[in-house]
Amino acid sequence: MLQPQQPAPPIIVLEGVTKRFPGIVANDRVDLAIRAGEVHVLLGENGAGKSTLIGMLSGLQQPDGGRILIDGKEIAIRSPSHALSLGIGTVFQHNMLVPTLTVAENLALGGPWWQRPKIAELSVRVAEIARPLGIEINLSAQVSELSLGEQQQVEIVRALLRDSRVLILDEATSMLTPQGAAELGALMRRLVERGLAVVFITHKLGEAADFGDRVSVLKLGRKVGDIAPERLGALGREALVDEIVTLMFGRQADGDAVSIPPRAANDDTLLEVRDLNVASVSDAPALEAISFKVGRGEILGIAGIDGNGQKQLAEALAGQLSASSGSVILAGERFDGLDVGGRRRKGLRYLTDDRLGEGTVGTFPVSINYFLKQIGDPPLWRSGMERTREIEGRARELTRQFDVRTPGVATPIGRLSGGNIQKVLIARELADGAQAVIFNKPTYGLDLANTLATRQRIRDIAGQGLAVLLISTDLEELLSMCHRIAVISQGRIVGTVENGEGAGERVGRLMIGLAA
Amino acid sequence: MSGFLSDTFLAALLFGAVTAAIPLLLAGLGEQMSEKAGVLNIGIEGMMITGAYLGFVGAYYSESLWLGFLTGAVGGIAVAALMALLCVRIGLNQIVIGIALTLGLEGLTAILHHFQFSRSYPRLPAAEVTAIPFLSDIPVLGPALFRHHLIVYLAVAMVVVMVWVYRRTQLGLNLQAAGDKPAALDVAGIDVIRTRTVAVLFTGGMAGLGGAYLANVGAGLFIPFITNGAGFLGIVLAMLARGRPLWVLIGALIFGASLSLTTAAQVAGINIPTDLIQMLPFLAVMAMLVLFGRRASLPAALGIPYERGAR
Repeated sequence: MLQPQQPAPPIIVLEGVTKRFPGIVANDRVDLAIRAGEVHVLLGENGAGKSTLIGMLSGLQQPDGGRILIDGKEIAIRSPSHALSLGIGTVFQHNMLVPTLTVAENLALGGPWWQRPKIAELSVRVAEIARPLGIEINLSAQVSELSLGEQQQVEIVRALLRDSRVLILDEATSMLTPQGAAELGALMRRLVERGLAVVFITHKLGEAADFGDRVSVLKLGRKVGDIAPERLGALGREALVDEIVTLMFGRQADGDAVSIPPRAANDDTLLEVRDLNVASVSDAPALEAISFKVGRGEILGIAGIDGNGQKQLAEALAGQLSASSGSVILAGERFDGLDVGGRRRKGLRYLTDDRLGEGTVGTFPVSINYFLKQIGDPPLWRSGMERTREIEGRARELTRQFDVRTPGVATPIGRLSGGNIQKVLIARELADGAQAVIFNKPTYGLDLANTLATRQRIRDIAGQGLAVLLISTDLEELLSMCHRIAVISQGRIVGTVENGEGAGERVGRLMIGLAA
Repeated sequence: MSGFLSDTFLAALLFGAVTAAIPLLLAGLGEQMSEKAGVLNIGIEGMMITGAYLGFVGAYYSESLWLGFLTGAVGGIAVAALMALLCVRIGLNQIVIGIALTLGLEGLTAILHHFQFSRSYPRLPAAEVTAIPFLSDIPVLGPALFRHHLIVYLAVAMVVVMVWVYRRTQLGLNLQAAGDKPAALDVAGIDVIRTRTVAVLFTGGMAGLGGAYLANVGAGLFIPFITNGAGFLGIVLAMLARGRPLWVLIGALIFGASLSLTTAAQVAGINIPTDLIQMLPFLAVMAMLVLFGRRASLPAALGIPYERGAR
């Protein structure tokens, strides 16, 4: 790690930077100092506001409040080219190379348009930069032929070609193999030794501990902690991870109170999944040998870092994704080969996290969205004809019952807020004989009031004796309402923890690949 | 049917093919640049008819074909500037705006022509021909290929220029990046909107020139709706050729030949129902789409307005 030394004056300072998007505060008064010679890790879960912060530093977005100082002077970073001219180079999470051009052409991109691309001159400079860093770059290869790791190296070299003093790496390891990630770590080390400032954004705790000189933890748009190099050097890896876990997942005083719905002692299993396997599709992980049981009135949480197979699990249970083997059993009945509609009719309901995409039809009125999965069925449809009065009557009733705030049932649902769309989905999925309900990130993107209301609704559902599977990347949410929490990692259930004292830490450790 | 192989027929066919191909070539080369930069320019038909009308008016009053070409090109650029404003800067739907421009300008030019010339269709004097020494003396091929107005040779030379721009210049790289991955161009520090605007204006200029040629050299007069789908054929050519200018030339000649077959057959005294022959260009389009259409991989961001930082 870093040798003790005089702290250099920061290159970039963020003071109280705030950024709002419709409905959410992506960054809330964030303070940050980025110094030369440091790998500064920005750590946070998805939605913590890391990408927005980077967007503002790279000129893609403008802050709504606070100020950014570069070399002590307040500056508004107007555009990506302005950021480059200030010496801030960014390697984005999704690569920014043109796949149909060669590496050399990509590196030449951005030169004055009247000039011919100076490929020869370029190759000399690339060699100068790449060799000491141990990077091999084939300038004549077409980008689409390179591996993701190689593409990333090209992007890093490109940033250095532009004389960047600050190199921002956004989720740079998300597409890399573990070995590739380790190589990137070594490369970052060599870069800071040469006097660069590196900002490394990640949601992986282990990488933060391994690569960082300084770690800042972001949570729901706020910076909740900062571990300085001196302290980081003094802590052992174990202790460091512990401290970060506390920062990331530690309970806030004003958070949602823990209230796990009471549950009569019974062991009748309502929903059972046995040895479920799903093949991997494109970049989605495969599911391997997933087994669990959810009892009547029980809430089973599925914890895990986003993208570890949560969505696949939900879709496989709902029948949207076909399993290669294994069974889903509801109330003793096997669902093998049953399609989405069949499972729904038997009482297995799924609330998608993609509320506007697959959950609702934004341009359809609220009323039809309540009955989206019954279109054409009597009594709301008769001989293929919509019975408007009947539908609207029932819709009004559901709107009242579930407290959906909408101007009217004829309003297109896309105009409602996320919380109210969620209420419509809940109303729809609970109707007519629901037995087991799968929630996928039910409070994602909702404001606090709606989050609390939704959580209470889920508790009520369990209180009525239904089985609830709650998939969430928000550990606090799981801890505040689940009876048990299973942890999913790379498509496997790596452990199940009984909720209670110390459960949060054990789940947190399982999530990052340590033994509970 | 020995008539098909006669010298007269062949010379007439080739000459007609070149004459008919030039507007398609200009439109196709223009469209190609827009598409490369990620703008599907459906309004090109409207740019062409504007170029045809203003080109004719310019040549008619100034009695100079070159001034006519200039006014035609400027007219095309003016329409393209409107398209660039609406579709590139503001980011409106390229297909809707393109169709609106085409339909609107076809109507507008017809009305203006009607007010100006009532129902008469004044003709321009025949275009001055530049014969290329020696080459124009080759039997059959010479008169067919090497006795054309100077602009024809310039149009063919544009193919070489375009190859050079795409392969050798920074501008070529920028254009391709704007179409395949605009965000990459943006973070490299080049303004995507400006790059695409340049491409659309170029399309307008080429389409306007093509329209002016169609009216002033091809027909010698302006009739409402004279472009008759030439701009759309240009779109087809650009899509089939993808980024390769030479393919636009080849395609334009094939379409040109099928367009000129009717006239050539009449010249040679061959009696085939003209309706049948007039179907040929469209058969050629279909045949080419079937043969090459599947291979045409279009730029990834074609038709998608660019918005910085959009998620």
